[in-house]
Amino acid sequence: MSEQDDDKSASRRAEEFLQVFKRGADFTQDLLKENERLRFSLLQLEGQLKSSSGVDNDETMRMRKRIEELEKQKEEILGRARRVEEENADFANRYVEIENENNMLANLYIASYQLHSTLDFREVLQVITEIIINLIGAEEFAIMLLDEKTNKLQAVMTEGLEISELPAIAIGDGLVGQMAKTGENYFIDQMDNYERDFHHPLVAIPLKIKERVIGVIVIYKLLVQKPKFAEVDYELFTLLAGHAATAIFSSKLYSESERKLSTIQGFIDLLTK
Amino acid sequence: MSNYNVLIVEDSPTMRQLIVFALKRIRGLNIVEAGDGVDGLKKLSATKFDMILTDINMPIMDGLKLVSLVRSDPNYAAVPIVIITTEGANEDKERAIALGANAYITKPIQTTQILDVARRLLNLPA
Repeated sequence: MSEQDDDKSASRRAEEFLQVFKRGADFTQDLLKENERLRFSLLQLEGQLKSSSGVDNDETMRMRKRIEELEKQKEEILGRARRVEEENADFANRYVEIENENNMLANLYIASYQLHSTLDFREVLQVITEIIINLIGAEEFAIMLLDEKTNKLQAVMTEGLEISELPAIAIGDGLVGQMAKTGENYFIDQMDNYERDFHHPLVAIPLKIKERVIGVIVIYKLLVQKPKFAEVDYELFTLLAGHAATAIFSSKLYSESERKLSTIQGFIDLLTK
Repeated sequence: MSNYNVLIVEDSPTMRQLIVFALKRIRGLNIVEAGDGVDGLKKLSATKFDMILTDINMPIMDGLKLVSLVRSDPNYAAVPIVIITTEGANEDKERAIALGANAYITKPIQTTQILDVARRLLNLPA
């Protein structure tokens, strides 16, 4: 029993060992296969990861580029908005200037239109008075005309004053006489605390036909709401200096011609009756 | 745009022309002129006006008398009235407003002042 049993036992153990070894070999084969599969999966994932991160980079680059473009556009738009705002401010200033110009032209047009709307001497004086009150804003003033016989300026129309209050002024005498002599406009430097002085008005505007002075407009007081002269006033004074003079001169000539015509007509009537 | 009837009561032709000149920039205004308060009242009785602009110092009937008579008429109780005058003292303005004037403009005027006031009182866009 002993030798045979020993052989059988050894053979069985060898068989068992071979079985164990074979299972170990199979297991190792399985592990190797699994390892191969996992490595393949890993490579696939790495490939996918690489390709997907490449897409992200492209998208990111594209988006960055777009952001830069939009930033540029934003700067351009902001720049344009700033330019538009500056233009708007410029237009607003120009609008105010144009409105002032329009106002000035309206005043000048109406003053000129009214001055030449009549040939009646008293009406012409009335129109000049209206212009000085309503368009310039004077409260006390006088229209003085040159009496060619005495060579003195004599008030023919006043506002806020009595005609008798105003003295006759010889050409060359005092400030008013000097302005009549030189034909230059006079505006007082300092209006504050001014007190009426017939020989020293706030304003003296010689009425001229070319270089010939036929009278002077003298202003002694402005309306309470009119503290100083505006740009339009100087234009109105310039207009008055010329147009008021021609309107007065024309109306006087017309009155004279009417008077002469009436006299001649009287003679004709006497002769023909 | 609706048409509005506007009455200007002013004895000075120069001022009337300037006011008309300014108001003509608003489309759809029918402007009627009167030389004094009595003439103004006659025109008010003949036509329904949407706004009245009046001077104070006028012959026959002054502007303040006109304002008080206009306000006593139920047809004109709410019509806008604008005073345009040389009287620049605060008490003159307060008196005119107390009588029923809606706006008070002192001479010398700017055409834009008249335009602004007219647009405001007629509820027109600037």
